[in-house]
Amino acid sequence: MSDTATYGQAWKGGDKPYVASYGKLMMWFFLITDTLTFSAFLAAYGFSRFKFQDVWPKAEEVFTHFPFMHGDHPLLFVALMTFILIMSSVTMVLAVNYGHKMQKEKVILWLSLTIVGGAMFLGSQAWEWAHFIHGLDGVHATLVSNPYGHPLFADYFFFITGFHGFHVFSGVIILIIILINVIKGTYERRGHYEMVEKVGLYWHFVDLVWVFVFTFFYLV
Amino acid sequence: MTGENKGNWWIWKVFWILLGLTTFEVLLGIFKPDFLNNTIFLGTKLLNHVFIVLTLIKAGYIVMVFMHLGFERKQLQWTILLPPFILVPYLLFILFSEGAYAYLMM
Repeated sequence: MSDTATYGQAWKGGDKPYVASYGKLMMWFFLITDTLTFSAFLAAYGFSRFKFQDVWPKAEEVFTHFPFMHGDHPLLFVALMTFILIMSSVTMVLAVNYGHKMQKEKVILWLSLTIVGGAMFLGSQAWEWAHFIHGLDGVHATLVSNPYGHPLFADYFFFITGFHGFHVFSGVIILIIILINVIKGTYERRGHYEMVEKVGLYWHFVDLVWVFVFTFFYLV
Repeated sequence: MTGENKGNWWIWKVFWILLGLTTFEVLLGIFKPDFLNNTIFLGTKLLNHVFIVLTLIKAGYIVMVFMHLGFERKQLQWTILLPPFILVPYLLFILFSEGAYAYLMM
């Protein structure tokens, strides 16, 4: 892409001041709006927690279960979920990287592993939700009440991790569509794998959001 | 451009950094060292400040390397980073001032 070919024809279109394609720019702009949405959710969560700090449950006392293990294991399961998501981010970068090199077979391999990672994360989240809803001593967690503490705690948990989980779910669907196109050779014919790059941006963003949810929901 | 003739080592390097920082955070969260847990700084535990700084470092690696922003044009970098850099601190300001007020008024 040369800068000079279309220089001086700003009013005729074709200039690329950012040296990035239309599709990538639009993905970035979407991600900025999504950043602000998630920031607002987490800020609202922080506000409520600040206000009800005397009765707010401690996350490490709520999320202590781990599959096939007894006893208290605070943070362990969510650490595993974080690991799964980071891992799927790595496989995504590898897919993008092999896309640059036009190596179709390797793109298929790493994109498939990314989808597996996303599905594993969704499964883990379903497990986490099931345990959270199951509650304590026969009292279930709902939107109006929960056995852990203030009702808003469960509301924010459902809303924020649910919204993030829906992003992961959409990401998996989009990744599957892109994978089908890769297998069919659509991008091979097009001469570039930019579509993989664009879905990669979205996928890393989902990982990025989780890094913050992990910190503010489970650690702080 | 990264990644075109550079192999994959830089991807794995960032992976180990992210994994290392996350493991460190989880260990801190489980063991809660007394010093970090009992020292209050700017209204909250020093431990929480450590978590937030580590999180921002991880976010930086994801955005700049994985999302390739570090290799884009300066103008594009600022176009993307400035709106959150301006609006998120504003949100935080509202959170801290109004949250404290709401707590006192309960």
